[in-house]
Amino acid sequence: MKLKVNGSEYEIDADPDTPLLYVLRNDLALNGAKFGCGLGQCGACTVMVDGKAIFSCLTPMLVVEGKEITTVEGLGSIDNPGPLQRAFIEEQAAQCGYCIAGMIMRAQALLQKNPDASDAEVRAALEPNLCRCGTHMRILRAVRRAADLMRTAAHGSERRAP
Amino acid sequence: MTSALVTRRSVLAGTGALVVSFSSISRALTQTLDTGQREKPPLPGSLKENPFLDSWIRIEADGRITIFTGKAELGQGIKTALLQVAAEQLDVPLASLKLITADTSQTANEGFTAGSHSMQDSGTAILHAAAQARAILVVEAAKRLGVTEETLKTKSGAVIAADGRKLGYGELVSENFLHLEAQPQSPLKDPASFTVMGKSTPRVDIPAKVTGGAAYVQDMRLPGMVHARVVRPPSYSASLTNVDTAGAEKLPGVIKILRDGNFLAVVAEREFQAIKAMRALSAAAQWAQKPSLPKQSELPATVMALPSQDTAIIDRRQEGIVAAKKLEATCTRPYQAHGSIGPSCAVAVWNEESMTIWTHTQGVYPDRQAIAQMLRLPPEKVRCIHVEGSGCYGHNGADDAAADAALIARSLPGRPVRVQWMREQEHAWEPFGPAMVTKVSAALDEAGDIADWDYAVWSNTHSTRPGGAGSLLAAQHMAEPFALPAPKPIPQPEGGGDRNAIPLYHLPSARVMHHFLPAMPVRVSALRSLGAYMNVFSIESFMDELAEAAGRDPVEFRLKHLDDVRARDVVMLASERFGWDSFQRRLGRGCGFAFARYKNLAAYCAIAAEVEVERETGRARLVRAVAAVDSGQTVNPDGVINQVEGAILQSASWTLYESVGFDDTRITSIDWSTYPILRFDAVPASVDVHIIDRPGQPFLGTGETGQGPAAAAIANAVANATGKRFRDLPLTRQRIKNVIGV
Repeated sequence: MKLKVNGSEYEIDADPDTPLLYVLRNDLALNGAKFGCGLGQCGACTVMVDGKAIFSCLTPMLVVEGKEITTVEGLGSIDNPGPLQRAFIEEQAAQCGYCIAGMIMRAQALLQKNPDASDAEVRAALEPNLCRCGTHMRILRAVRRAADLMRTAAHGSERRAP
Repeated sequence: MTSALVTRRSVLAGTGALVVSFSSISRALTQTLDTGQREKPPLPGSLKENPFLDSWIRIEADGRITIFTGKAELGQGIKTALLQVAAEQLDVPLASLKLITADTSQTANEGFTAGSHSMQDSGTAILHAAAQARAILVVEAAKRLGVTEETLKTKSGAVIAADGRKLGYGELVSENFLHLEAQPQSPLKDPASFTVMGKSTPRVDIPAKVTGGAAYVQDMRLPGMVHARVVRPPSYSASLTNVDTAGAEKLPGVIKILRDGNFLAVVAEREFQAIKAMRALSAAAQWAQKPSLPKQSELPATVMALPSQDTAIIDRRQEGIVAAKKLEATCTRPYQAHGSIGPSCAVAVWNEESMTIWTHTQGVYPDRQAIAQMLRLPPEKVRCIHVEGSGCYGHNGADDAAADAALIARSLPGRPVRVQWMREQEHAWEPFGPAMVTKVSAALDEAGDIADWDYAVWSNTHSTRPGGAGSLLAAQHMAEPFALPAPKPIPQPEGGGDRNAIPLYHLPSARVMHHFLPAMPVRVSALRSLGAYMNVFSIESFMDELAEAAGRDPVEFRLKHLDDVRARDVVMLASERFGWDSFQRRLGRGCGFAFARYKNLAAYCAIAAEVEVERETGRARLVRAVAAVDSGQTVNPDGVINQVEGAILQSASWTLYESVGFDDTRITSIDWSTYPILRFDAVPASVDVHIIDRPGQPFLGTGETGQGPAAAAIANAVANATGKRFRDLPLTRQRIKNVIGV
């Protein structure tokens, strides 16, 4: 079975009912999506599929074949972090950090669809994701900052365009 | 043994001048003490137990510097803070330092990373070790350069002479250079000159955590690693009567099924194969269970009826108090869960002789001791290495998962075994924060001051942490089981159930009783702040009731009973920044205030909260919180703010929503739908944390100081908004609606 993850195609040899989470973590050695509950109750496993945030712990591999899967690794790297990653670092929006990759992916899906999301819309979008350290205030600030960074980048590229 | 001695002697001989010079430093340092022969004062922080400087700092000839700590990163930011301390006192760039954390083969034994002790213990040790190392480097440089020490400066990892000559730290060291016992006093830098300590510094662990770097034990993938799952019993009382393993054994990828008494586990090549096999095995297992749990609806009465060991932790009540008014109250708290977002995990490998375990335990040494006992191995045959897990907030399933991994790994020599707990296992089997009851009565005199105070707390132990194998689930479940060691109260001044049971307020007549309850119907242990959460909630709720009875403002009433200047400072700052005096209470909106100094010896914290209560639903929401905190010398201000913000939100979740559910046999709150916690819809509009820095003062632990004050500030704000007092935790919408509902 072929999966398209972060822009690359992979041939995966696993049972088709295997949840995407385990394929990402074990077959592709991607750490971003985390096991939290396996029940779709906490959002630690959140990744994007065709631009939508989904629970990878509940999504069998077979239903995402041929779709664009994006994990936090697909947004940037430690040396070249993407806008959300940069914003989370700048806001120091993590304590243990276990929930953060999921938060970032859910925020990415929101901001791709709605770059001008209001505070209320950000809160509503993040509702499925749990944080136990109480980092919520910083997470909200980081998403806001990322939205600004993305807008600035978008305006910049518009200006540069002929 | 002999060779070690010889090496040591030759080192001392070889660096004779250095040793003499170091003694001259220590002599200079001790001149501030009285002259004459007397015993050395105790060494600072964890230097007491681990006095050699090279237990903390090692400098290589190429200039590389490694810092060692026996404490562990739990998401509290300790790595960054310790590196700041070392970088400041050594005069080296923070980014050039390497840090090794809790590892039984590499670091000092600093017990548990718990009790807000890390800065006090390890931070203080590294502060002094680094300052002394720097002084020794200066002495050595002075000798080599033929100048006096006073003419030398240190900067960026080098000693610099007035004429510009420069010696890198690496050039100055020889073998075992820092294998010297620390002195009680150190040439610490003047806080006014700090460039790293006291400055907000980005956490060193965050970039990897937000980009998918390998940050957690869950992320470990060792060559040949296999995946295990444990089938836990369905309840505390359950024993395995029969299990037909044939079906599970035939499943794809299954390598092994392990049964040892009530311990049942499966190992498979791939993770999802292990999960499927676990489910099959779970369905095939037959357990005998019996009702062993108290009635949840009668929990407070059950707690109070348990046999108790009673201690008056203060007893200075006076006779003949003339009371103008008397008040009393009873408060209750249910069992509450750590609820780590990532269930516990560990990786272990057995090589026929020794066991290595990667674990997110809070105490690598105690965990090693417990696991070694369980496996009947000498402790030196077991190595525990800390690797981060999800935030733990105390004793969660970490140690148990480590024991599971070790027990399973021993049956598969040479193959690394990764054990990942499932969500329902963490929720049902973690040791909870104990249920508690408090009773308080007090008298006010004619002037409205507290004339008499009588307080009592009923609680289980707040620590069943390892040390002995009996603390580990796997060891309890084995065919030849280990029994949980008899629980003991944690003595004052830190206390366990009675932590913060003694108010910091001026009380002319007071008694505080600790009713310690050895019997534990539900598995319990340390949850962030232990009994302080409940005691501060109780005391600070009652202070508001007393203030009201005295006709005084709650903040003014607290200040009237506070002598400690630093306590008064946080109370005044929180009140001022909140706008306490100008707050306009209106229907459904109230404000509340609370204060405590954690353990009466760590950080000071005052919190003002604004709460909104929906009359129709009973839903209470924290709208705004303002905190003031005094952690002594602040190392990473943003780190302190992050911790206190987190404390406020987590405590809000405990206080408004959380209680462990159970029937007569088993724990029934086994996921996030049956154990709801704070979600984004209930996150406040703002949380502001203000720090009162105390340059040069000792570090005061900060990680837990907010738990109690946040709870009480919220409860006081609910009382202010509704006109009704709620004394039973949590303050659920049902409880509030029952009292005020329209």
